[in-house]
Amino acid sequence: MASTLKGEKTIPTRHAYGETLVELGKLNDRVVVFEADISKSTQTYRFAEAFPDRFFNVGVAEQNMMAMAAGAAICGKIAFVSTYAVFGSMRACEQMRTSVAYPKLNVNIAVSHAGLTAYDDGVTHQAIEDLGIVRSIPNMTVVQPCDAPSTRKAVMAAAKIDGPVYLRLTRIGMPILYDAGPDFEIGKAIRLRRGNDVTIVAIGDMVFQALDAAEQLAIEGIGVDLLDMHTIKPLDQEALLESVMRTGAVVTAEDHNVVGGLGSAVAETLGEHRPTPMTRIGLQDTFAESGAYDDLLRHYGMDARHIIEAARKVMGRKK
Amino acid sequence: MLREKEHDIEKLHEIARQLRIDSLRMIHRAGGGHPGGSLSAADLVTALYFHEMNLCPQEPDWPDRDRFIMSKGHGCPVLYAALARLGYFDRSHLETLRKFGSILQGHPDMRKTPGLDSTSGSLGQGLSVGLGMALMGLRDQKPYRVFVMLGCGELDEGQIWEAAMSGAKFRVANLTAIVDYNRLQLDGTNDQVMPLEPLDDKWRSFGWNALRIDGHDMRAILDALHRAAAHDQGPTVIIAKTIKGKGVSFMEDQLNWHGVAPSTEQLEIALAELDP
Repeated sequence: MASTLKGEKTIPTRHAYGETLVELGKLNDRVVVFEADISKSTQTYRFAEAFPDRFFNVGVAEQNMMAMAAGAAICGKIAFVSTYAVFGSMRACEQMRTSVAYPKLNVNIAVSHAGLTAYDDGVTHQAIEDLGIVRSIPNMTVVQPCDAPSTRKAVMAAAKIDGPVYLRLTRIGMPILYDAGPDFEIGKAIRLRRGNDVTIVAIGDMVFQALDAAEQLAIEGIGVDLLDMHTIKPLDQEALLESVMRTGAVVTAEDHNVVGGLGSAVAETLGEHRPTPMTRIGLQDTFAESGAYDDLLRHYGMDARHIIEAARKVMGRKK
Repeated sequence: MLREKEHDIEKLHEIARQLRIDSLRMIHRAGGGHPGGSLSAADLVTALYFHEMNLCPQEPDWPDRDRFIMSKGHGCPVLYAALARLGYFDRSHLETLRKFGSILQGHPDMRKTPGLDSTSGSLGQGLSVGLGMALMGLRDQKPYRVFVMLGCGELDEGQIWEAAMSGAKFRVANLTAIVDYNRLQLDGTNDQVMPLEPLDDKWRSFGWNALRIDGHDMRAILDALHRAAAHDQGPTVIIAKTIKGKGVSFMEDQLNWHGVAPSTEQLEIALAELDP
């Protein structure tokens, strides 16, 4: 069992996805779900039970699944495909790119086991490259909500977007951050703390490490401007630039390789619009290994302590 | 208004001949493209678009229309020629194939070309897309059928066989795959590059109704399409033996005519053969 933060009640965001699919299925009969033999894990079994005639299990064949969903979307369906992030973004990558993204079809690619949340499954099931890959494909919207309530809103919003959405989900439980449900809008960062000393931009499960770091930094008198950048594409440049204009230093935190993902997206924006000292927290271009989630975060330099160190250091580089 | 179906075999032959001429002219003008696979598929495309399929060119998105996917997307010139002839767009566009700003891309783009049911051309994906369409049709009790044309070299792709298994599982009797079996792929014959036989046994063992025909015998093509329609137990594959470059003597069965445009002189000789 993965240990989670502070023993709070937690929910894997894949569970929120599975539950929301059923809700969505009731609201809209154009919603169809494709699955590749891991419905108990991706939680699409809930939809399968509720709407067996709109659920299609294609077996362990993600490439076929992705392109079948394209066919369904061409016929006016709102298609969801579910698998693990490793397979959704890489095994079926070119199907996603050519059959889904190129014709801009309403195929929503909901993938679990983001990054180290796959913990003891090891490297084969830890997607650490997917954000970079998917983000580089035109027409894609790329989202990783941090908790169950925001996942619910992201799923609902994805169905309405006329084009493909990549929805990155966690294997392990996440605390509830947005109790009443956040004011969630795809493409709009959520400011979790306001501060003027350093900006921390986090995505997905790393939002909780960043929150932890921000609280500890506050004790030292360091004001953190903390953004939950749940949508990595399109990136909320406005919120990012407004923040760094005040703070002049930024740390990014993602459960992903620092190459290609959130850190890269933020660096691209800042490099073009407002060069700012920054540090990227994430896997430092290395594969990880099996282990408990917390142990992996600590070992690979991604826990709150490392974010705190990074924040202090980057503040020292302010011009 | 439904497009009137052509039943006269001679007239269908004549249409196929025109599509071959249009294809070669287009590829010549574009200075690039795939003549061999366009000519080999011309009779099959003619049978589908001018006889078998329920179409409404005035309303390309008519929900109950039959669908066609040129999964071997490099054969699109002959499909574009058919669509233009049916009035999906003006014939003048044929001259713009592969040119900047054209509605006719080098491989099919459903967002640019009226009448295209799918984007295609990355080999191996079209059968899955067609299967998704057919499955939705079954689920929604729609009357339409879905046709997917596959290249023989395309059958090397693993995804084809994923889709084949799924097609049998979901019993999509409204799905018909057609293999343009010209036996030549880019680097050589199927036997040299990746042997496919026994091909009908392969499809049958995957749960498909498999028919083997001469893909240039119009009566045989129409008969196979009718038999596919009558088969209600699952999907059908029509393995149509064809000749790459069919209709132009110096292109027939020639590997090097897979992906090069004819010169002006070669075009003239080809057109003289096709238009005696």
